[in-house]
Amino acid sequence: MAEKILEVKHLNAFYREGRQRKQVLEDVSFTLHEGEAVGLAGQSGSGKTTLCKCVLGLLKDYEGEIVHYTKRPQMIFQDPFRSLNPRKTIGWILEEPLRIQGGYSKDERRRKAEEMLKQVHLLPEIYARYPRELSGGQRQRASIALSLMTGTRLILADEPLSALDVTVQAQIIELLRELQEKEKICYLFVSHDLDVVSMLCSRVLFLKDGEVKEYADI
Amino acid sequence: MKLKQLRIRKRKLGKTGYNFVFGLVLTAVMVGLIILGFFWSPYDPEAMQGSLKLSGPALAHVFGTDQFGRDVFSRILVGAGNTLIVALGTIVIGGGVGILAGAVTGYFGGWLDEILMRVNDALAAFPSVLLALVIISVWGTGKYKVMLALGIAFIPSFARIVRGEFLRCREEDYIVSARLIGVSAPRILFVHILPNIMPALLSALAIGFNNAVVQEAGMSYLGIGVQPPDASLGLMLSESQTYLASGPWCAIFPGIFLILLILGVNMLGEGILDRFGGGR
Repeated sequence: MAEKILEVKHLNAFYREGRQRKQVLEDVSFTLHEGEAVGLAGQSGSGKTTLCKCVLGLLKDYEGEIVHYTKRPQMIFQDPFRSLNPRKTIGWILEEPLRIQGGYSKDERRRKAEEMLKQVHLLPEIYARYPRELSGGQRQRASIALSLMTGTRLILADEPLSALDVTVQAQIIELLRELQEKEKICYLFVSHDLDVVSMLCSRVLFLKDGEVKEYADI
Repeated sequence: MKLKQLRIRKRKLGKTGYNFVFGLVLTAVMVGLIILGFFWSPYDPEAMQGSLKLSGPALAHVFGTDQFGRDVFSRILVGAGNTLIVALGTIVIGGGVGILAGAVTGYFGGWLDEILMRVNDALAAFPSVLLALVIISVWGTGKYKVMLALGIAFIPSFARIVRGEFLRCREEDYIVSARLIGVSAPRILFVHILPNIMPALLSALAIGFNNAVVQEAGMSYLGIGVQPPDASLGLMLSESQTYLASGPWCAIFPGIFLILLILGVNMLGEGILDRFGGGR
């Protein structure tokens, strides 16, 4: 049995709407193992984003248990044009996790950032570029690189492909699969598109009105 | 690579750069003159010459002399320096505190936001001249007191602008991403968000600077700002109004200097917003 990466047990999550406390997730449980990818599907309002926020630690109002056995999970966003700080170079952005962790010299940071660019198949020149100079696909690669820089093995992706065109989508899926195999990265992959989900994920979690409708292999 | 950058610069200049470039040049010239005034002026700005009262512009005194026979050009150079010091001090105090308050309230929200913004409202509802009068009646007159009074009076407007910008930025994906990486709140505020609001902030500071120049002039005009025989542009305008008929140059030249200074900074502010604000 592969190592557990994420365990969600009997999760009930709430959202504050004015004075009312609305329950968004009801008794959600699932486990993610090393190198596994789980698709998260369901209509809008079914609680997909809330589940992500809970796992990321951005939403504190929940009951139940969320345990992850890795560094803090990271997120790849839907809109690659808003997920990278427009005033910083890609190199600066990629080095930020190392600066926060501390203990790396300037050269070490740079070397690690450049290695990471290579790993996500971006050219070394990208290091000095600003996000606005990159295409959508390149930015999404940079976002993936940023997630990996933290050393986490769990990445949440919220519709990471829907802003990209079809050929670029295929390339990003290819990259995600490669990282899954080589680096044993886990994904919690939010998508409406079951074709995309089936290409990457071995299982799908269907949410409906905050409850797990189905948790099935595909 | 270098050439490519140059070409991009040039294209941008063609579209929106005129405000920026013209404002920068005008501001540089005016500030240059003022800095010159700190070290050198053709005459002692406070030296009176009884024989040359209210004599018109001539070679010896290019902008003429005032009612005490003091050289108007020298007084403008030195007086504009005082005006500039007051204006800069005002935006340093108002901008500094305003940015801090706006950043904290905008980013964290909650009860702190409520309290600080209500204090802000109270301060904004208080006329700045009245506030200045209070401060001056407690501590006495002088340019540093004016600076402090105007600075405090300017805090609310900066705080409000900065708060709005931080509020806008805090929901951005790249800030959420920074939080996930584990960046501390102060670092997010000043390293991740602040550069993104720079265009809006700089143009707000430019507008604030202009307001401060005008307000300083107004206060000196009322007699609660810079005190004679020291000079400031506002004080010169107020002193010269009695002699408008006999020596109009005493009012016209400080007025023109004031207008050019404000115009320059204003265009610079607009230019900054045009040029760097669009990249968002």
